Amino acid sequence: MPLAPGTSHTSDFAGRSWSEAWTEGRDTPGDCIPPSMVAPPSPPPPPPDPQFVLRGSRSAVHALHFCGGAQGQGHPLLLSGQGRDLRVHVWDLAEGRNAIVDSVCLESVGFCRGSVLACGPQRWMLAMPGKGGDEVQILEMPSKTSVCSLKPEAEARPGMPMCLQLWQADSSPLPLLLAGYEDGSVALWDVSARKVCSRVACHEEPVMGLDFDSQKARGVSGSAEKALAVWSLDEQRALQVHGTHQLTNPGVADVRIRPDRRLLATAGWDHRIRVFHWRTMKPLAVLAFHSAAVHCLAFATDGLLAAGSGDQRISVWSLYPRM
Amino acid sequence: MKSRGMDPVLSTVRLTVREAVHTLSSSEDGGCIFSTLGSLKRYLGETENPALPEEQEEFARIHFSTFLRCLVGKLSPDWLELLPDGQLEELWASFFLEGPADQAFLVLMEAIEGAASPSFRLMKMARLLARFLSAGRMAAVMEGQCRQQTEPAFSLLQETLLSKVVGLPDHLGNRLQRENLAGFFPQNYFPLLGEELLQALQVVVESLRGGLDCSVSFLSQVLGKACVHGRQKELLGVLVPRLTALTQGSCLWQRVCWRLVERVPDRAMEAVLTGLVEAASGPEVLSWLLGNLVMKSKKAQFVMTQKLLFLQYRYTTPVLRSLLGYLAMDSQRRPLLIQALKELLETWGSSSAIRRAPLAQQHYISKAILVCLAHLGEAELQDCRDELLASLMAGVQSHLDSSLPSVRRLGMIVAEVASAQIHPEGPPLRFQYEEDELTRELLALATPQPAADSPSEAGPPVAPLTAETPNEEMVSSGGPQAQPEGSDSELDSDDEFVPYDMSGDTELRSSKAPVYVRDCVEALTTSENWERWEATLRALEGLIFRSPAATQEVSVELAKVLLHLEEKTGVAGFEGLRQRALVAVTVTDPVAEYLTTQFYALNYSLRQRMDILDVLTLAAQELSRPGRRQKPPQRGPPGPGPQPGSPATPAWRAVVEERIRSKTRRVSKGSAGQGPAADPNKFNSVAGYFFFPLIQLFDRPLVTFDLLGDDQLVLGRLVHTLGALMYLSVNTMVAVPMGKALLEFVWALRFHGDIYVRQGLLSAVSSVLLSVPAERLLADLPDELLEAQSWLADVAQKDPDEDCRTLAIKALLLLEKLRDKLLPPPPP
Repeated sequence: MPLAPGTSHTSDFAGRSWSEAWTEGRDTPGDCIPPSMVAPPSPPPPPPDPQFVLRGSRSAVHALHFCGGAQGQGHPLLLSGQGRDLRVHVWDLAEGRNAIVDSVCLESVGFCRGSVLACGPQRWMLAMPGKGGDEVQILEMPSKTSVCSLKPEAEARPGMPMCLQLWQADSSPLPLLLAGYEDGSVALWDVSARKVCSRVACHEEPVMGLDFDSQKARGVSGSAEKALAVWSLDEQRALQVHGTHQLTNPGVADVRIRPDRRLLATAGWDHRIRVFHWRTMKPLAVLAFHSAAVHCLAFATDGLLAAGSGDQRISVWSLYPRM
Repeated sequence: MKSRGMDPVLSTVRLTVREAVHTLSSSEDGGCIFSTLGSLKRYLGETENPALPEEQEEFARIHFSTFLRCLVGKLSPDWLELLPDGQLEELWASFFLEGPADQAFLVLMEAIEGAASPSFRLMKMARLLARFLSAGRMAAVMEGQCRQQTEPAFSLLQETLLSKVVGLPDHLGNRLQRENLAGFFPQNYFPLLGEELLQALQVVVESLRGGLDCSVSFLSQVLGKACVHGRQKELLGVLVPRLTALTQGSCLWQRVCWRLVERVPDRAMEAVLTGLVEAASGPEVLSWLLGNLVMKSKKAQFVMTQKLLFLQYRYTTPVLRSLLGYLAMDSQRRPLLIQALKELLETWGSSSAIRRAPLAQQHYISKAILVCLAHLGEAELQDCRDELLASLMAGVQSHLDSSLPSVRRLGMIVAEVASAQIHPEGPPLRFQYEEDELTRELLALATPQPAADSPSEAGPPVAPLTAETPNEEMVSSGGPQAQPEGSDSELDSDDEFVPYDMSGDTELRSSKAPVYVRDCVEALTTSENWERWEATLRALEGLIFRSPAATQEVSVELAKVLLHLEEKTGVAGFEGLRQRALVAVTVTDPVAEYLTTQFYALNYSLRQRMDILDVLTLAAQELSRPGRRQKPPQRGPPGPGPQPGSPATPAWRAVVEERIRSKTRRVSKGSAGQGPAADPNKFNSVAGYFFFPLIQLFDRPLVTFDLLGDDQLVLGRLVHTLGALMYLSVNTMVAVPMGKALLEFVWALRFHGDIYVRQGLLSAVSSVLLSVPAERLLADLPDELLEAQSWLADVAQKDPDEDCRTLAIKALLLLEKLRDKLLPPPPP
């Protein structure tokens, strides 16, 4: 079921190896060269090249996900992001399969990707845009039962949700949802209470991507404008903007923090991937490889970075490998 | 008076004095003289058995001066030594120090003037005068005059006294020459006089408290005369701070002080008032010291509202503030302030004043306007709003027409502040100007002083903000931004994260620039794709330098396109890009002929004409730059402006040369710096095309373009350009005819009214002197040089603009040097 370019979805693959990026075209990944741990060269090093490039998706890559880990566990699943067919599919990737197991019908058309949170063995919580343009719908998977629908207060008028992230605080099992909206604000929802804990205006333009570091209670968001916003969450669950970071060109499609919380990568409409030191926001690298806007990023648990672009290629980078 | 002869008391006095004088003149016996003098001392009072009051008065009125003159006459070393230990001298001096001060002072001065110089008597008398002064007797002199009722008989005495009191340092200086005592130096004497004046005033105040009549007119005259002599600083520096303290608390003191200034003669009023305004620390002080003087005295009003505002402009801003603040402080004086503002605005707006008044004066008047506005309330301004607005608008117009940037800026600032005040409900006027020291000072003036307790609370005028500088768009160098404090305890060494080279992170351009020069013409004229248009513009300069041959084919066409190019989109640095491209074309294939003809063509805007001039100058500069050939032909497309290229000598050669230099001993060290390699001036072959077409047609007005009329800004630019071209054509063949033409041109325009044009003419003369070989100058242009010299000397002295004067002096110095070089002074 190839999706037409220009749509977005996320796929989750039960991989054979540590890194396997899938594309919408469901071509098998190209030559998978194991990453060699190259130490960063001494200063001033020239910009690095990609570790390898995955070609052949035959359409723009809109979502990426490393699926790793426990071999043979047979996590099926994953999904989300909706194609133009207004469906979110559940895939079975175990043992190299790639079959659609189930699908959920959507009630809105938008650019928003869904977000998935594992709540237990074989149970997931799925957040995706709901009906009415400004709602977020929470489903329990795989039963597809609707848990609730998060509708902003009438006077808030944040516009459509543009990006979602479900997470759980270490202290409590209650799921929380960070949602970036069309008006440039980021809101924190308490899913079980169905209310907004905090909302903060980070951007002038729609929020295109966000990521959150729950350990440092700090998150970052990118929008159509020229700046990244860094914000934090205090004990009272209030969001505060810490600062903005100017970029050379406008448009950030996605932001990702590396699982070890030391690097931040952004996918730019200017075809470039930018890498920052997450704690200090010091710019570290500008990766210019793609010839079209970069749409999505994914970090593997071992630190490998994959970027999918409108030029139908996926580049894989090994930067600042973890010691 | 006829009773005097019969009065026994008076005749006793006369007899005693006559006897004493006789004894003094004849006796050589010290004891006898001593006792005679002692007996006369009774008449001065202050002894055990003083004489009767009538006797004392008679002695003081009739006999004291005569007696003192006699004492002066006896003064000699032998006479003083008749008694040991200087007893006689002490007694002798006591008559001068204790007797009626005015007479004693006059006799002392008379004796000093009469004494031969240098002599024992002169020095003795001078020392005595110094003692007289240090004993505070001058206060007594002045007090005496205050008590006198002004009778016509006294006026002569007062006149004499006045000239002696004020002229003391001059008299003493003349008499004593090098032996002058420190106490008589003006810088010491006038502060002392200030103290004594204050003492006398104190007495006046005391006696007024006691109900006695007093007149301060003598004190006023002293004050006036001292100020006319230019001693405001010394005298008022002492007087004003003390008077400030005294008048602050006491109405009586204030009234005495007002009277003091009021009685100053008209001819001295200006000197006194300017001194007071400068010495006073603020408007309140002035108000205490002067009261409503400006309402009572016409002369004072003229000085305060005309002279200090319009005719002089050397005063500092605080002085201006206290002057105008003084006018604003009292409701009776406020009409004067409004009147002053009207006249100030009128002067400010007059186009002839803008053209002729020195810049410093224009600043001064602008400052005064802003201070006035800060003091005046809205209601007061309403009444004369139309009038004020009319002169303001005219003034803004003429300021913006000026060719001097600082005058234009002055116009903008005053217009912004004044329009916000005069017409607060209207849309605010906003200009864009660069902020500097001066603008900040001016804007600060527009806000009322916090301490000023002016009766009307003028609303704070809207201080215009200039456009904020846009944020740096580059990625910041990455300081710790948004770093949660101390939240990071992990041992995270940042060293391992060495940043990669990020220089390639430039703004993304989606459109490809043309690769051939010929395509650029098409892209710039027809392209609707603005991205391509912009990319073309950015790439053009580099393309032209890379492919000179291709450029030559289309050079005129390209120049035409570039000249007519308009900014369609908000391209950053459009003007610079276009100018650099034009310069590149002009350098590669001199299209100067085309540009110079276009300069005088119809249907160009002033902006385009000035662009032509700029391009010609820059291209000439580029062409005449030595070492141009060695420059690598390739240069980065968006490269910076032309830079002096240094010939790239290989590293090994530098090392070898350095070694040779260190091993070689040079007998004569000439100019050690080795300049760039000698190279013919490339400008040589084309300088004429640049220069002569420009200079030929300046006096032929077109319908749209009149250099000698309204378009004097362009004329100024033209003159500067011609000067620059002249300067750049140094060492060229054509320099001599160019210099001749330029001197003629300068001669024709030498009395131009615009300062910017005159500045250009003066620098053009300097460049002629620098560029034309000295021998040729004297051989071919001797008359022109002579004429220029007299003109320069005239400008250096009389031009109202300071820069013009400086430029003229520089040119004169060049001329001087030239003459010295050619005509070595004959050996003595």
